[in-house]
Amino acid sequence: MKKLQYILFCFLLFGYGCNDDAFLDRPPTNILSEAQVWSDEGQVLSLLGNLYNRYYDIASVKDWGALGDFNEAFFSNAGSYGNFQNSGWGLGSWGSWDYGYIREMNLFIQKCEAANKLDPETQKRFLAEARFLRASYYFELVKRMGGVPLILEPLTYDFGGDPSYLQYPRAKESELYDFVISEAEAIKSILPALPTEKSRATRGAALAMQSRAALYAGSIAKYGGKTPTVALKGGEVGIPADKANGYFSKALDAAKAIIDGEAGNYSLYQKKPDLSENFSSLFYDKANNSEVIFADDFKLKSGKVHGFTIANQPRYGAEEEEGGRLNPSLNLVESFEKLDNTFAPIPTHAGAGTPLYYENQTDIFAGRDARLAGTVILPGTAFKGRNVDIWAGFQLADGSIISGDDRGAQKILPGKSTPEQVVGFDGPIDGFEFTAQTGFYLRKYLDPVVGSGQRGVQSEVWFIRYRFAEVLLNAAEASFELGNLGDAATYMNQVRARAGLIIPLKSSEITFDRIVHERRVEFAFEGHYLYDMKRWRIAHEIMDGNPISLQELREDLGRATKRNTQPWGLWSYKIHHPGSPSHGKWLFKPVKLSRVTGADRFQLGNYYSYISDEVINNNPKLIRNPNH
Amino acid sequence: MYTQFIFKLRTTTLAVLLILMAMLSCKKDNYTEPKTELSGSIVYQGNPIELEYDQVRMQLWQPGFGKLAAIDAPISQDGRYSALLFKGNYKLVFPQNQGPFITLQKNAEVKDTIYVNLSEDTVMDIEVLPYYMIRKAVVTKIENNIAAQVSLDKIIQDEQAKDIESVTLFLGRTQLVSRANNIAKTEKLGSELKDLTSIMLSVELPSLQQTDIYARVGVKIKNVEDMIFSKVEKVKL
Repeated sequence: MKKLQYILFCFLLFGYGCNDDAFLDRPPTNILSEAQVWSDEGQVLSLLGNLYNRYYDIASVKDWGALGDFNEAFFSNAGSYGNFQNSGWGLGSWGSWDYGYIREMNLFIQKCEAANKLDPETQKRFLAEARFLRASYYFELVKRMGGVPLILEPLTYDFGGDPSYLQYPRAKESELYDFVISEAEAIKSILPALPTEKSRATRGAALAMQSRAALYAGSIAKYGGKTPTVALKGGEVGIPADKANGYFSKALDAAKAIIDGEAGNYSLYQKKPDLSENFSSLFYDKANNSEVIFADDFKLKSGKVHGFTIANQPRYGAEEEEGGRLNPSLNLVESFEKLDNTFAPIPTHAGAGTPLYYENQTDIFAGRDARLAGTVILPGTAFKGRNVDIWAGFQLADGSIISGDDRGAQKILPGKSTPEQVVGFDGPIDGFEFTAQTGFYLRKYLDPVVGSGQRGVQSEVWFIRYRFAEVLLNAAEASFELGNLGDAATYMNQVRARAGLIIPLKSSEITFDRIVHERRVEFAFEGHYLYDMKRWRIAHEIMDGNPISLQELREDLGRATKRNTQPWGLWSYKIHHPGSPSHGKWLFKPVKLSRVTGADRFQLGNYYSYISDEVINNNPKLIRNPNH
Repeated sequence: MYTQFIFKLRTTTLAVLLILMAMLSCKKDNYTEPKTELSGSIVYQGNPIELEYDQVRMQLWQPGFGKLAAIDAPISQDGRYSALLFKGNYKLVFPQNQGPFITLQKNAEVKDTIYVNLSEDTVMDIEVLPYYMIRKAVVTKIENNIAAQVSLDKIIQDEQAKDIESVTLFLGRTQLVSRANNIAKTEKLGSELKDLTSIMLSVELPSLQQTDIYARVGVKIKNVEDMIFSKVEKVKL
């Protein structure tokens, strides 16, 4: 009986096992097939999400160092002091060559076009979004590398041993810009005019990209002549000067389209009565933010968060034992105008060297552009409801200084018997990382939400790629370049009024220097500075390798090519002189930190990044960038 | 017993480890290191071109080994270069627009490439055509100032000629004196220069804890990135 059972069992096994081919031919449970993906909107959207996440930013809240480079800030981080001890940047800096990303965008476009089970409207929108992302990356490439091969379909190697049919030469720089502009033109009517959508491409985002790209191309055409050696004969780098005005009018048209509401209602963020607070909350307020056009969004508890607040929060009372890395430099701080539209250094001394005394630490910064306090945490101001404790020590009657070498160090002052605190818990202490070594902390993009400074929580503040103020300043610059100073003043004054500069600039006051300055202060720590300096061809003048003297630091504050090779700091001291009227008041001293020993020089070869030997070996049709 | 066991374990493990190491580790290197030196100076008519530390470089290319990558040979501030190489054939070039000079074009085919057949240590000076040469730079201490008297020679006179942007006297604590590395400087713009053979520069001495100071004069040429310098002079204080 038992034997029979075994035999029966074996039969059953064979019967089940092998008589059906379909048994072995199972659909995989861990991979989606092409057909499955391209028939489901949700799947296509997640593919697109992958492409969105690979968007390239020259600087972002994901990388605090890149956001504060070029001496707009000192890095209060022991591992980063080398940035201020060298003399510039390697030729390969800022390079990018991700044709894998381009190929996947091209594949997406090819397959999305062929898909026939999607809702046609949605399909069109997906396609337009992918084209937006592809144009965005080509825009990024042309800014960094100049003209690159323009590949608009997925290339596949046939393993035939001869890859030469895959080798494309570099396109002209102007062709790349033309491509970005024409793509934006083509997709803007397909994309939704939806100002509430910030993290996906919208009509506003396409127009903003078009405006920026045309403006960049126009200024390269116009100012490229300043650096004749930064050009290639074939036009891979450099744009003929006669194209400048064409680009400027395209930039103006695209900007005007947004201003006139063709992409929905965008406006400057003006929710809060305190203008400085208003300016800083523009960057973290994600509820009905009317200014933001396109952003890299983050979300708590989703895995996509960032540690920008951890890296840069004021060290005193921080939620982790770190912070304070980006210390805005005095160079930047003093470039914020006074409310009467004039430039003046931070008044530390009256005329011939007598120091000025202040009742409160913040008094010295009074009467300036509201964006200063919105961008920088000044000594005497607060973050997350707690005052920062930034002061360098006591100055005695004879001018000697009593200070400590640890945060909040204590010493006995003359005439007293008990030790007391002689330096702030936020520093500044020379060479002590995470303290406000320049005397300032960064405020822009810091998240005031509790927990944002904790490693286990982090921050969901977004990184803004396009915002309405840029559109206005693009319009102002394009109008200026086209000779329409009146319009330029009108556009620029809107942005300035939001910052408390309510005396309008007259059209006669709009100059190149004004345009350059306005963008520097409005977009500080937003990743614009490098590209702006590059397209105006002033980077090598601003960073010419010469150290900055104190005298020089205070001169020519509004000049476009003002030297910015080393970050300076501003330290505040309390007067200890019982019996004198100045006792207990504050005085300020500009300092050059001991860790700052180098002076940056932007080489002509830095204008366009080095194309690596590996890339050139693989494709001998590529020519090298100028000065490499 | 117990200690003996540990001892035994230790010696045997050690022995095994040593044998394993000897067996598994490769030789120190797969290749012998390059030993042949190519060196020389960048010169104009036998006079070295003085430059800035770590700013001007040459490239050596060795074709015939698959993918190409340049071997950079930096040029020191007194115009010398050197590279340790394997024996073989090299092409020596300057990257575009390097240095305060133009390279000599031999003919249409090879342009300015220099072919080097390296079979032994070689000293080879490379002739270039500088825009300007500093013929004389006399540096003296006059009271609390360092003064320099400079004489310039405009070498390139044809349509490739370029104007002087500025002439600068730099002082440094060490022998490395450059734009990025100096403690005092004074500058004269090219437009202020009347007589190139006699340019006077003078800069106030900063307070110093040392008995001598290093000085040199640099000339910045319009639209040329690298400056040409005079020899570093040591001045007794």
